[in-house]
Amino acid sequence: MKRFRGRRRGGAHAEFEQAEARLIANLAAQVAELVAGDTSAVDQDDPLAGMVDIDGSGQPPDDPVLRRLLPDAYRDDEEGASDFRRFTERGLREVKSHNAHVMIESLIAGGMAEPVAADAESDAPAQPIVEVDLDADAVQAWLRALTDIRLALATRLGIEQDDEQRWATLPDDDPEAYVHDIYDWLGYVQETLVHAID
Amino acid sequence: MPTEVEPTEAEQPESDEIVQLDTPWITLVWNDPVNLMSYVSYVFRSYFGYPKSKADKLMLQVHHEGRAVVSTGTREEMERDVEAMHGYGLWATLQKADA
Repeated sequence: MKRFRGRRRGGAHAEFEQAEARLIANLAAQVAELVAGDTSAVDQDDPLAGMVDIDGSGQPPDDPVLRRLLPDAYRDDEEGASDFRRFTERGLREVKSHNAHVMIESLIAGGMAEPVAADAESDAPAQPIVEVDLDADAVQAWLRALTDIRLALATRLGIEQDDEQRWATLPDDDPEAYVHDIYDWLGYVQETLVHAID
Repeated sequence: MPTEVEPTEAEQPESDEIVQLDTPWITLVWNDPVNLMSYVSYVFRSYFGYPKSKADKLMLQVHHEGRAVVSTGTREEMERDVEAMHGYGLWATLQKADA
């Protein structure tokens, strides 16, 4: 990866290897799927449910990643937290899903090779580098989507404050060490993006 | 003693009283091990419009003390701020200022 740099006309630009681009796109797709799911409680035939963002029970999600992406807005007020959820959760889920899709689209626009069917004949080789070119809106989507992906990975890994030693001592072939390396790398990607626009 | 009072005269003190009795609400941002210090400071600047010195001070307060009050206002305003913070991926809550 070549780090994000600011563009003279606003926005930011970076270059990724194909494998890096596919990794980011894959993680973004997983986050999009996670936040888009769990709409079973919504009555699709009820026009009011959509208008006031009623998302069902107002209960916090069971999945710890979703609970971190959509946290309680009140600490000691269950009713307040539940009401807040009813009015905001659907909108937040849609925005987070949208951000993840913007991320995937900018990778495709930059030349990321789409998965190739096994029986495809002599495909033209993909260009080796994915050039990601973001306008100001796409920068905002990337900042938030990178955050959501990192929050999701950190929750699954059980990352805590100042626990670098724990990860540094894992054997290289430990699957969690591999995921933690990805988490760290995405932090670097985000850091360069913040600095590129700041 | 006048038999009629102009409605505007009668209402004026009442609305002043409401403003004074209203307890303000606050938005708190809580520390998490994930969000980058540079990003948190950027969010405070771009969403609240705070100068860099104030944004950095609040970010460091979150980092070292575990939380910081990032905005004050009505309950509705604080709900908007909390929703925006959740959109950025920051962990935020609201409560009454004296709670």
